Formats: sequence, C-alpha cells, structure tokens
Amino acid sequence: MIALLLRDLRLAIRAGGGFGLGLAFFLIVVVLVPFGVGSDRALLAAIAPGILWVGALLACLLSLDRIFALDHEDGSLDLLATAPIPLEGVVAMKAAAHWVTTGLPLTLAAPGLGLLLNLPAAGYGWLAASLALGTPALSMIGSFGAALTVGLKRGGLLLSLLVLPLYVPTLIFGAEAVARGIDGRDTGTPLLMLTAITLAAMALLPFAAAAAIRINLR
Amino acid sequence: MSSLWEYANPQKFMRTSSVLLPVFSVAAAICLGVGLVWGFFLTPEAENFGSTVKIIYIHVPSAMMAINAWVMMLVTSLIWLVRRHHVSALAARAAAPIGMTMTLIALITGAIWGEPMWGTYWVWDPRLTSFLILFLFYLGYIALWEAIENPDAAADLTSVLCIVGSVFAVLSRYAVNFWSQGLHQGASLSLDKKENVADVFYIPLLFCIAGFVCLFVALVLLRTRTEIRARRIRAMIARERMA
Repeated sequence: MIALLLRDLRLAIRAGGGFGLGLAFFLIVVVLVPFGVGSDRALLAAIAPGILWVGALLACLLSLDRIFALDHEDGSLDLLATAPIPLEGVVAMKAAAHWVTTGLPLTLAAPGLGLLLNLPAAGYGWLAASLALGTPALSMIGSFGAALTVGLKRGGLLLSLLVLPLYVPTLIFGAEAVARGIDGRDTGTPLLMLTAITLAAMALLPFAAAAAIRINLR
Repeated sequence: MSSLWEYANPQKFMRTSSVLLPVFSVAAAICLGVGLVWGFFLTPEAENFGSTVKIIYIHVPSAMMAINAWVMMLVTSLIWLVRRHHVSALAARAAAPIGMTMTLIALITGAIWGEPMWGTYWVWDPRLTSFLILFLFYLGYIALWEAIENPDAAADLTSVLCIVGSVFAVLSRYAVNFWSQGLHQGASLSLDKKENVADVFYIPLLFCIAGFVCLFVALVLLRTRTEIRARRIRAMIARERMA
C-alpha cells in the first residue's frame, strides 16, 4: 500500500500538471475575487476566510477526476482491483496521494494568499489549522465521487454536481472556524466537527468508494 | 398470508398498481380539492398574517413530501442493494424528479410567502438553506441516473449515492443550523397538541397533506409503471434484433 502511495505521488509529480495546477488555480481564484468585489480592504478582510476556503475547495475539485480516470483508462485499476490488497485500501491510498498533492500544498499556500486578501492577523493560524484538518475530508469525499463516475466518458461536470453538495458541511465548519478565530471566539466546536467529518470520511467512505468501483468495473 | 416481496415481481406489481393507481389518484383529487377550497376560501385570515397565510396549504405539504420522497428513495435503494428487486430500483428512480419538484415548490412558495412576511424573497436561514442543499442532492442523483447507460450499474451507483447522500444531507442540516440563526418559525405541526396551529387552519391543512401524500403515491406508481413498460420495450427491441 505504501508502494501504491509512492507510485501515485511519483506519477502526480512527474507526469505533469496535477501537482502545480491546483495551486495555480487557487492563486487565480484569490486574485480574481478583488477584481469582482472591489479592493476595499475592510470588505476583503471580512470575506477572506470564506473565499480562501471556497478557493481551496474548488482547487481540490479540479483534480478529482484524475484520481481514478487515468488508471481506469490504461487498465491498471483492473489490476489493482484484483490485487491481493483490498480495494478499500487502494481507495484510501489514492485519496491520501490526492491529499498530499493538492490538500497539503493548498494548506501551506493559503496563509500566503491570505495576505493578498488582507486576512486579519489572528486568522492565519486558524486558516492553516482548519485547512489541515478539513482538506483530507475533501480528498476522501472527492474520491468517492470520482469512484462513482469513473466509468463515464465525460464525468467531470457530473462529478462536480455530485461532490459539491457533499462538501457543504466541511466548508461550513472550516470557514466558521477561521471566522471565529478572527473574532476571538471559541473555535473548539467547528474544529472538532471538522476533525469528526474527516475521521468519519476516512473510516467509512473507502467502503462506499470501493463498492462503486467494483460496480463500475463489472 | 402472502409476503410483501411478491410485489417485487413486475407482473404482480403491474396488476396491483393498475388497481391502486386510480384509487390514489381519486383520493388525491378529493383531498386536495377539499383541502384547498376549504383552506383558500372558507378559513378566516390569520392575525398578523393576512391572506398570505393561505400559502401554507401548499408550502407545508410539499416541504413534507420533499423530505419523505428522499426517505422513500433511501428505503427502496437499500431494498435494491440487499434483495436486488428491480421494481424497487425503478421506484427510487421514479420518485426522484417528484421529490425534486416538491422541493422546488416548497422553495418557491416559501419565497412568495417570505416577501410580505420578512420583506425578502430569500434569506440564508437554516431551513431554507437545507432545502436548497436537498434540491442539489436531488439534482446530482437524477443526473447520475441519466449519465450511466447500463441500467443495473446505474441502479447500484445511485443507490450508493443515495445512502452516502442521506448521511451528508442530515449532516448538512446540522451544519447549517450551526452556521446561522434563522427567521423561519419552528415546527407548526407536531403530535404535541399545544404547539399546533389553530384548529380552523389545522383541519384543511391535514386534508392537503393527505392529498399530497396520495398525489405522491399516485405519481410514483404511474412513473414506476412507465419505467417498467420502457424496460419491457427495450427488452423486446433487443430480442427482435437478436432474432
């Protein structure tokens, strides 16, 4: 399973695109927002936590269809499904690789981009913390969506439609944690809920995703 | 005593539903006719609300059915996954657009009611937001059904989505509650008599709810029958091609 993780990471880094693309997209979203809403610093500070979270979520969404699609095309997904390691483990590792190549860089980049949006000083730590706790859930939920649509020729748009409603709770608790951190209120509840969602997604969704892949490979 | 699972046989289902369909259709027409006429014309205007209160005769039942339709889809999806009865999967498929329409009706009537009451068509209130999210869930579910060609794979995948989606729908409901305090009033109907709306409005409302339930059952039966017939036609065409 570690070998699979390393293989996916190597593929993502060497085979171009995937790794930097999400980050670049995140940057562009954050740059576009001030053009849309104006450069008023107070306004930007007020909406910064939400924009950063939505941007990270969209950047995450962008690379979801790569999780299984390439392996499905060249047949390695069939081999993985018949391999001695359980398919649930394969799914979990795929989601982990997706997180390392998108969620982790997004988490690291977000405070830097927060600077562009005039994020209040108290927010940086909470932003990084909430993204670090929340993005694994995004990767895991996303790989479930990717597993549902893996057999489809043009599943990209459908994938977004399926996955975005599932992202709602994560987004709410993530952005709420940052907003509360800035106001100096208690951030315990949203962060705990975020962690709960991530842990539950990691525990349960590999089974649903593996079931979906088995159906699609039938 | 015959088992419930007999109705999983499409032929038995077709025979039984051909009897039930007119019964439920007529019952829906009667209940809705009585409830709506009584509600719209024969009830007094409520204090502080004026005549706008009368929209509850559509708003409340459609909102109830929007949620109940999803629950029904969840149950039929589980039955399909466990017992592989095709009628069950088709019933889930048939219910989805109806549930989506009910969600839309609840949202629109709510907006129409919200304008005079709260001074705005839309607020990001927990209940409204949850319904909007429910609407998105319906959209995704229907889109997945439409996208997959193999009917059995489509039934399987949508069932898995329905189960995962149900968990997330409930989760969203509480997340949204946590996220914003609302304008929407609390439950107007409950088994605890004290919380209910006054009797004058309550009885026609019950008629409307019964009417919506019957309407939903009739529509699901009708659409499931259509789906079964469509499958039969497809099977016949396939057989003719083979011959």
